[in-house]
Amino acid sequence: MEMTAGNVQQADLNGALPVTEDGVPIKMRANQVTVHYGEKQALFGVDLNVRKSNVTALIGPSGCGKSTFLRCLNRMNDTIDICRVGGEIVLDNEDIYDPKIDVVELRARVGMVFQKPNPFPKSIFENVAYGPRIHGLAQSKSDLEEIVATSLQKAGLFEEVKDRLDEPGTGLSGGQQQRLCIARAIAVSPEVILMDEPCSALDPIATAKVEELIDELRENYTIVIVTHSMQQAARVSQRTAFFHLGYLVEEGKTNDIFTNPKDQRTQDYITGRFG
Amino acid sequence: MSDHIVSSFNEDLKDLASRIVEMGGLAETLVNDSVQALLRHDLALAERTIEADKRLDEMQIQLEERCIVVIARRQPVARDLREIFAALRISNDLERVGDMAKNIAKRAQAIESDFNNKTLAVGVEHMAELALAQLKAVLDAYTTGDLEAVEQVQKGDKQIDSMYTSLFRQLLTYMMEDPRNITMCAHLLFCAKNIERIGDHATNIAENIYFMVSGDHLPADRPKKDETDVTLP
Repeated sequence: MEMTAGNVQQADLNGALPVTEDGVPIKMRANQVTVHYGEKQALFGVDLNVRKSNVTALIGPSGCGKSTFLRCLNRMNDTIDICRVGGEIVLDNEDIYDPKIDVVELRARVGMVFQKPNPFPKSIFENVAYGPRIHGLAQSKSDLEEIVATSLQKAGLFEEVKDRLDEPGTGLSGGQQQRLCIARAIAVSPEVILMDEPCSALDPIATAKVEELIDELRENYTIVIVTHSMQQAARVSQRTAFFHLGYLVEEGKTNDIFTNPKDQRTQDYITGRFG
Repeated sequence: MSDHIVSSFNEDLKDLASRIVEMGGLAETLVNDSVQALLRHDLALAERTIEADKRLDEMQIQLEERCIVVIARRQPVARDLREIFAALRISNDLERVGDMAKNIAKRAQAIESDFNNKTLAVGVEHMAELALAQLKAVLDAYTTGDLEAVEQVQKGDKQIDSMYTSLFRQLLTYMMEDPRNITMCAHLLFCAKNIERIGDHATNIAENIYFMVSGDHLPADRPKKDETDVTLP
């Protein structure tokens, strides 16, 4: 696959991350990404820079391709037989669709949190410990306990569950389950966290807690979030990308998108004029 | 622009816009009446103008409350948000225009007799006509969203400012000629200043319309032309 943006090649040579025109390192870069589901094309030539330590929100009406795009970023679309991905997606100067890439390792680096909390039918401890164990991140039992505790702390859940780590994860409330899933994603020390409507099944308080968490996580991780809530995108993200009918229509600073969008389609969508 | 999926949101925005238009109409009437009261020494009209200003104040408070409710309920963004902010700010300016008219009406009551100087009366009247034309143009631009008209209003303010400067000089001369003129001239000077301020409010409204429509700020080449402070020795 070929590079199209000449200016980023320069930075590649010395191994550093390429940067945006305003100097922010680019953690992931999508270059003319297309997706087909069988005959049907779902994404058309998407170019998008995911900025390091930023929250990038992907918004757009149902079927616009935002979730499809999100799932390209850690090759979740590989699990769908009829799905074909074209173009190039780069993580730290590495093409993630290169055949040499180990997909399991990729998904450890690019973690994912789903719409519905989906804890394993195991204890709270095991939910978080599972990833580090299979990836061999812990040398000893105490290592593993340390990882579990830190992950739960980072997910803002530790205080609520520290006395019942052996109880089933499925026994937690919806909001707690979602934070457990975030702790599980964090436990394998990912670099990027993808979130596919992480709050749509949560009540406002649980949503606020997850949003607060997203803001804290931004310091150490790069986050890409798909959300149907305009207000949520406006609240949690620094960058917003608007998708429509498989095209990336507009990407920019969240503040600009929500006060003065450049494209009429963006304007119509965020103000509730079509859906 | 196409309509909202939620039609009641459309109605909310239309309601705000029509309240602005209504306030604008009333403000225009108040300015016109106050100047007529002054020129014709019509005390009853002056009284009615002062009374009518209370309604404008009331309308501004109601509009502000509506804006707060719409923001709280709809969480508007982009152009919708700008429209609501523009309505809030424009209503403030219109309320101030009403205050200016009220001040002129109060002066009309305070001045003891008819004008005995036609030149001064014509000067004030002409200035008021210009300010009213600016107000009308900017309120039309609010309805049409015509940015060119908005920029014309911004430019037009210069003329009012220079008329004020020359009227100021005339009044000064008149006062120096005969100290018995001072009381009336002082009243007239304040009236002229009030009219000049009405022009400034029209310019403010123009700036808000520009922002509402384009999302950008009106380029500030606005010449500040009140030179009376430098004409003093």
